[in-house]
Amino acid sequence: MNAVKFMFAAYIATWLIHGIYLGTVVNRFKKLQSQLKELGKK
Amino acid sequence: MKRAFTILSILTALLLAYGLYQALVVAPTERTMGDIQRIFYYHVPNAWTAFCLFTVNLIASVAYLITKKVKADALAVASAEVGVIFCTIVLVTGPIWARPVWGIWWTWDVRLTTTLVLWLIYVAYLVLRRFSDSAQTPVLAAVLAVFGALDVPLVYFSIWFFRTQHPQPVMGKGGSLDPQMLHAFLINLLAFSCFGAMVCWARYRLEMLHREVDELHALESLAGTDSVKPSMPLQRSSR
Amino acid sequence: MNSLWSLALATLVKDIRLEWRSKDALNAMLFFSLLVVVIFSFSFDPSAEESRQIAGGLIWVAFLFAAIVALNQTWARELRNQVLDAYRVSPAPANSLFLAKALGNFLFVLILEALMTPLFIVFYNLRALGPAWQLIPVGVLGTWALVVNGTFFAALSIRTRSREIMLPLLLFPISIPAIQGMVEATRIILAADGSARFWIVLLITYDVVFTTACLGLFGTILQAE
Repeated sequence: MNAVKFMFAAYIATWLIHGIYLGTVVNRFKKLQSQLKELGKK
Repeated sequence: MKRAFTILSILTALLLAYGLYQALVVAPTERTMGDIQRIFYYHVPNAWTAFCLFTVNLIASVAYLITKKVKADALAVASAEVGVIFCTIVLVTGPIWARPVWGIWWTWDVRLTTTLVLWLIYVAYLVLRRFSDSAQTPVLAAVLAVFGALDVPLVYFSIWFFRTQHPQPVMGKGGSLDPQMLHAFLINLLAFSCFGAMVCWARYRLEMLHREVDELHALESLAGTDSVKPSMPLQRSSR
Repeated sequence: MNSLWSLALATLVKDIRLEWRSKDALNAMLFFSLLVVVIFSFSFDPSAEESRQIAGGLIWVAFLFAAIVALNQTWARELRNQVLDAYRVSPAPANSLFLAKALGNFLFVLILEALMTPLFIVFYNLRALGPAWQLIPVGVLGTWALVVNGTFFAALSIRTRSREIMLPLLLFPISIPAIQGMVEATRIILAADGSARFWIVLLITYDVVFTTACLGLFGTILQAE
């Protein structure tokens, strides 16, 4: 049924957006952690 | 603190998985709309979480204006950003739901329009934070949040009145809720609320870490070049 | 209270005098407003019945664009000459500066609207079927709604990159209920489609709420710049 495709599209869109955002947060976190370590060594 | 966060993350993941199962498998198919109605289990919880996050932003902004505490500002940033993400999902899933059901992508009904205006206000808030070169950006952003909060009731009220004059389809929940549907809905509501809290908390920690690193960078450049060792070792401030 | 108003008036008179001496910016904005009317009229060429329905929206969008151009240069002179620093250290109440700027913008945008309206009437063959006098409070209230928030947000955006785009970015979302009020009220009056009373009350509410907010918070952001 065509309508079911829309439903799956909505669910996938939700997780895509959440996933991408979480990914950027985690990435920035890792980058900052490594910066912190570098600063701590000096 | 870190353990609490890990526990919350695991709980959230479990709730989300259970919620997904409930929404797609357990909940019965709606009589008039069909399977497309299942979007409701995601659309409304995300909306609820977005509004909660924006409320957190308002409280944090006012708290910052009064106390000038850094933590309040960091929470304001975090809740605004995460709120925009959840709000985006509401604005994406809404039209995806409406198109097959009512044949239209968009309608200027009360809920959807208010959500759009909130999204616009908070995207403007984030742009202001990014583009402002003032040292007092947090104050400016907090003031904008207050203006936004004053605006939202007016938006809701004006569109509500407009709609009583020019009725059109309302993108609401369709009909009464069967207990299994209610159960699925509540699970997802709880799951996304926890998810929102978790992501906001993570973003808050990221913001605090960011400020800490900025501070240390500033201290480092004050202390001199790399070849010169500072007389006092750089210490991590305990928070 | 007395010093607030006298100071605001003094600053307003000074601004008007300065603008009057260098009429370049004034003339450029007048011409821009004219161009906006012509372009809109050119693009949307409706029948008489249709025009009464959509003219409200078109006119107010045109006014909005003209207002943005005027609002963008609100604080330009103050910024160039470090006036804001002087104001911060002076005992003058911050609100008199805000009032002067807001009133100045208000008068100026009203002049722009007064010039653009006859053109719209001509191009769209407009004739109000309802009580036309009601258009005056709608115009005044709506303009004040745009100007009071516009002046405030212009101050907010002073120290931002891309200052000119920051102002409409901040102003448009917040102004949505006011814009809806203006457009609906105008449409109702032109098409005699019921009573515009609700929308006028909404505009009054909006103006009261946001004038209070601007006056209350201007001191905060002046200190924060």
